[in-house]
Formats: sequence, C-alpha cells, structure tokens
Amino acid sequence: MAEILFKGGRLIDPASGVDTTSDVLVSGGRVIEVGSNLSSNGAETIDISGAVICPGFIDLHVHLREPGREDEETVATGSAAAARGGFTAVGAMPNTDPVCDNAAVADKVAAAARLAGMCEVIPAGALTKGLEGKYITPVGEMVTCSAGVRMFTDDGKGVQDSRILRRAMEYIKGFDAICAEHCDDAALSEGGQMHEGYYSDMLGLKGMPAAAEDIALARDLVLARLTGVRYHALHVSTKGSVELIRQAKAQGVRVTAEVTPHHLILTDSELQSFDPVNKVNPPLRSSSDVEACRVGLADGTLDAIATDHAPHSREEKESEFELAPPGMVGLETALALMITEIVDPGILTLAELVRRLTSVPAGILRLAGQGGPVAEGGVANLTVFDPAAEWLIDPETFVSKSRNTPFKGRTVRGRVLHTVFGGNLVVRNGEISPDYHAALSVGTSLGAQQ
Amino acid sequence: MMMIKHLLSIDQLSTDMIDLVLKTTDSFGEVGTRTIKKVPALRGRTVCNLFFEPSTRTRLSFELAAKRLSADVITFTADSKTSVSKGESFKDTALTLQAMGLDAIVVRHTSGGSAKRLSEWVDASVLNAGDGSNEHPTQALLDLYTIKQRFGRIEGLHIGIVGDVSHSRVARSNIKAMTKMGAHVTVIGPPTLLPVTVGSWGVDVSTDLDAVLPKLDIVYLLRVQKERQVDQFFPSLREYSMFWGLDNRRVGLMKPEALIMHPGPINRGVEIAGDLPEMERFIVADQVTNGIAVRAALMYLMLGGSQEPPPTEKV
Repeated sequence: MAEILFKGGRLIDPASGVDTTSDVLVSGGRVIEVGSNLSSNGAETIDISGAVICPGFIDLHVHLREPGREDEETVATGSAAAARGGFTAVGAMPNTDPVCDNAAVADKVAAAARLAGMCEVIPAGALTKGLEGKYITPVGEMVTCSAGVRMFTDDGKGVQDSRILRRAMEYIKGFDAICAEHCDDAALSEGGQMHEGYYSDMLGLKGMPAAAEDIALARDLVLARLTGVRYHALHVSTKGSVELIRQAKAQGVRVTAEVTPHHLILTDSELQSFDPVNKVNPPLRSSSDVEACRVGLADGTLDAIATDHAPHSREEKESEFELAPPGMVGLETALALMITEIVDPGILTLAELVRRLTSVPAGILRLAGQGGPVAEGGVANLTVFDPAAEWLIDPETFVSKSRNTPFKGRTVRGRVLHTVFGGNLVVRNGEISPDYHAALSVGTSLGAQQ
Repeated sequence: MMMIKHLLSIDQLSTDMIDLVLKTTDSFGEVGTRTIKKVPALRGRTVCNLFFEPSTRTRLSFELAAKRLSADVITFTADSKTSVSKGESFKDTALTLQAMGLDAIVVRHTSGGSAKRLSEWVDASVLNAGDGSNEHPTQALLDLYTIKQRFGRIEGLHIGIVGDVSHSRVARSNIKAMTKMGAHVTVIGPPTLLPVTVGSWGVDVSTDLDAVLPKLDIVYLLRVQKERQVDQFFPSLREYSMFWGLDNRRVGLMKPEALIMHPGPINRGVEIAGDLPEMERFIVADQVTNGIAVRAALMYLMLGGSQEPPPTEKV
C-alpha cells in the first residue's frame, strides 16, 4: 500500500468539525498523522495546496448493472466511475438480473467489488422477491452475509401493496436495517414518460403526476411511524415530498431522504428535445419542485446527495422516446455539478456539501471506516478535489461504460484530483491509477465466471 | 423566402411561410383536377414513407402527393417495436435509411418526438406525418387550407375543437396553426380529455358543447378512441355522445353557415351520431382532397422545387 503525504490542502472533516489547512499522512491503509508541517519520512509527497482533502464521498444510490447487464456497467467499471467521482463507498441497488433478493447475489456483488478494489460496494437487498411486490425477502440472511446488506428497497418501483410493505418494515426493523422506497403510486403514473405538467401537455407525452410520488411517500411515512422502522426516501423530486418529509421529521418519524443532482438542477423543460437522455424516473420535475428540493436540501429536510447513477447502453437511449429506459449516469459529474449549481449560488457552503456527501450518508448506512473522521488510525478513505478547476463534461472521457448524461457539454467547476480507497491511490490527477487498468479491462468478474 | 428543411412542428412555421404553403397549394390543387395529374418537379428524387404506426389515409395521401411531383416513392411499414425487438435502435434504422440516399422521409410513429429525433440523424428532409400525441403538422396545414378555401380567411373565425384533446396530435398542431393565423379557438370536451394546462395555450376552454356551438364558425371534431372509455376517461360511450357527440339536435344549434370538420377516421356513434345524414356542411371530403395538394406543395417547397417555376409544365 502506498505511503503518501498530502501537503498543504484544506482539510474538511465534517465528522470532527475540522475545516483548516492540514497535512495528512497515509500509510498501510490508515491515516497515520494529521497536522501541520508533517515530514514525509520517505512517503511520496503530493502538494495539494489550494485543494480540499476530505473523507471519501458516499453515494447511497447507484446501479452497477452486474449481474445481468454487464454491457452497460460492471461492478468494476462502476467502482472506477465512483472513484473518479471521489466516492469511496456506494450503495448498489438490487434491480439486477438476477435480482439481489438473496445473500448469494449480494455476496457475489460485494466479492466483485473487493476484487476490483476501487470502492466499497454495499449491495442493497430487494424488499420483495424478484421486485414483484408480493413476498418479503430473506432479510436476515442478507444482513448477516459477508456483503453486510443494510438497506432494503424495490427501487425502480415502489411496493404497491400496503400490507406487504408494512410486513417488510416490521421485519426489517427487527434486524435494524433500513427500508428505502422509490415512492410511486404505480396506478397514477402508469405509462408515464415524463413529469405531468405544462410540458407534458405541450409535447403530448404521458405524464407522471407529482401526486404519484407524494401519495406513496405519505403512505410510507404513516407506515414508518406505525412500525418504527428506519425509513429512507430515495431520490425525492417533488415539492409535496419535501413538505411531507419536513413534517414527518418534525413529528419524530425516523426518516432520512436523499436528492439527486439532476433533480436539483434540471426541469421538465429539458424534455422538449425529445432526447431520451433526459428521461429518468422519478422524472425531471417543474421549476417549483426543483426550487423546493433546493430549499429542502439547504434546511436539512433532504439529508444526503445521491446520484441514482443509472447506466444505459447507447442503443437503448438512441431509441424512440417512449421505448427508451429511464436513467442517467451521475458518479463522475456529481461533485462538479453540486459545486457549480449548489455551492456557487450559495445554497450550501462547500463544507456543508462535503458533509452531505460524507458523514451524513455514512451515518444513514452506519458505515465504519467511511465518512470520516480523518484521524490517526482511521481507515484511509479520502478524496482530494480542486473546487475551482473548470472542465467541460465530455461523456466520451467517462470510465463508466455508459455515456447517458444530460449534462454533456456543460462547463463546470470542481474536479476530483485524487481518491484514496483503503490506503490505495485509486485515482491520481483525475485518472484511474494504472494499477487498476487490468481490473477494468477484465471487465466483469461475474461475467468471466459465467 | 427560406423554407424549412424539416417539417416537425407547426412551431417552425411563420405566418408568412404558412401563407406561402397555402398559396402554393392552389397550384397543386389545380394539378389534381387534370386528366394527367403529374408534374416533373421532383423527377429523380426519392421519398420514403416510413410508417411505424398503422395508417391508410395519411400514407396514401403522402404517396399520391409525391407521385404527382414525379418523385420515386418507397414505403416502409413496421410495428413501432420491430427495430427494438431486433436489437436495432431507432438511430440504426435512421442511419440505414441515410445510407440509401433518400431526399425526403415521411415518418409516422407512435412515439412522440420520433420525427425530430430522426431529423437529427439523416440528411434527408423529414416530414412529420404524426408522432405520438405530439404533432401532425400537415393535417393542420390541410385544415387551414380547407378553411380558407371555404371562408376566404382564417383570421377572426371562431373554431371549436371538440373531444379528446389530451391524446390528439391533430389538436396540438391545429391549435398552434389556427391561433397563429388569428383564429379564435375554443376546446371543448370532457374534463378528463382536456390537458390540465390547456388554458395556457391561448384558447378558451369549455366542457359545455351546447353553450359554445351557436358561436362557432367551424366545429372540428376529434376522433375519440373507444379504448378511452376502458381507461375511464368517461363513463360510457353513450354518455360521451350525449354530451359531446354531434347529432341532429346539435347541428340545429349551429350557425347556418358553420362547417363541420374531422381528421378521420370517423368513429360513428361516438363523436358523430350514427344517423346523422350526409350534408353539405360536413366537409371531410374536401379535407382529404386538399391533403394531397398541401403535401405536394410542402414537398415541392422543402425539396428545393421552389428554385424552379411553379408546376405549370405538363409531363
């Protein structure tokens, strides 16, 4: 493992409340020393003056597509994309093929991640078998397996049957895990292509009303209160949802929530291009929803930032709008978009943004060794980024296998320079270290075994 | 005047361009009355009809229009899911057509935005022959022509568009075109079939057909698909026709000179009573006839025919 002295950076460590210029010495997979004027003692010295050093970012919500769609992403390529975006831990959603509804699949995913070695991957388990909404999954087996599943969700859709959801919540609570939901009343949003509103009316595309999300979330919050489960609202996108979560928190319901960069930045007016790159679920909403999400993020109603990184093949996104699958990649652009669109306009301070990307999601998932504190003896999961560096988003440069970003061609500020995962310098000067190129070219460990 | 390369939406057309299309249509209308209904304007050019949704009248109308201009016409009809089920993307299909060196592609598709997407991938001129519930611009232009032919003007006329506005590309294109040309448009139908934000489109909105009918110069009926009842947009076909269907009693409420239009195909017994007799004011046949001339005029203008003199020369 590398011995590295990061010199002269601004250490933002939300877990310990530190925000000051400080050197950080890493060795043997651990943080050895934090302080001023540290000497290298033979370690490689990297001057990071003007840059920020902080705990590695954590993304609660990504789709790694393995097993099943290794043409779109693998655990290895997704891990690389995460590392390049400054993430040292991601939560992988269970809507793979086969579905991650048992310990065998969860362990396979976690094992593939350990083999790739670029990022910690915590598989989320399905709430119901096959994501069918009918039968609850072996939660205990998944919580206690080596993958250490701690979040359960049918993400991609919501559990429609309230009785099943209630049972799942009660059962999950017994294992102190999290019930997470993609809030959607499927009957209301059936066949929907985009947010229902002015633009869907104009374009003649079938709309998904905000009410479909609000109603599902309202029901979920009532059941969360009834059962006492730890509940997490995935990718909150509506004004109504933000208000419901605000109320629930005020009433003491154990609820946390995440919001994606795209729901904080883009509105449904983008759909006028008819380019399926803008098709996502939940859909891009109206400007008043975007504004409410920004306010909710600023006041803490929405806790964490998650990307909902959803890789899709070129041909699937180059089909007709109604046939194209929903989803956008997000890991490699999240930091820069958040700095440019959220920190620069003053919605969050830079230190607060770092908190929402580190200690907050680490707290939700109760991850050890992630999210800080950056202190002597701690696991060396670190991100170094230049908050001022400008760059142009060019999907062709992504290490993710997929290119489906609606932010192509934007000039943004904020670039990840280095990512240290478990003491290894996975990303150096913005690129994946050569040590990991072999893992990427192999592509998929699971695929290779099939 | 510069003509547009692709016709995807009425939004692209200025009032001057619309006037030019209508004026050029006059010449092609005359061609349609000749014994030899053909001019050489597009001789040697190839037009592809690309239909991903079943259609008879629109496809035939475009085909006839292209043939009257002496263009070579090929037709490709497929289920909208064909290319996808074969693993080929819509873009792959487009690039295949591109490689065939076509001059124009007339596209009809079940998915909104398909014509626009196609136009981004091919060099040929793309004519939108209906994309999902989005637009059907040539229908709107032929409707404008038909209205102008009968009334001598469009401006100031009060047009009622009746029925399933929500799912209608004909309504979207016509509302844009009619309001652009100065008509007063009222949309009328069950509240479940009027878009929630339709009030922001520069039209009046009503659910009471009987109240609006006496004021209208044109009653434009939309096709109401029977499956809308299955999806509970209205309780029954009987109730729909009771409140929004045109029958003898309602024809009696209309101004004597008011006309009835319909984009076809008509759902007898739903938007029009089954026993409503043929009448002079019901001008669907004019719409069909004019459709060929309008489409010929558009292809002539868009494919560079405007560089040549109008179609007086005979083959």
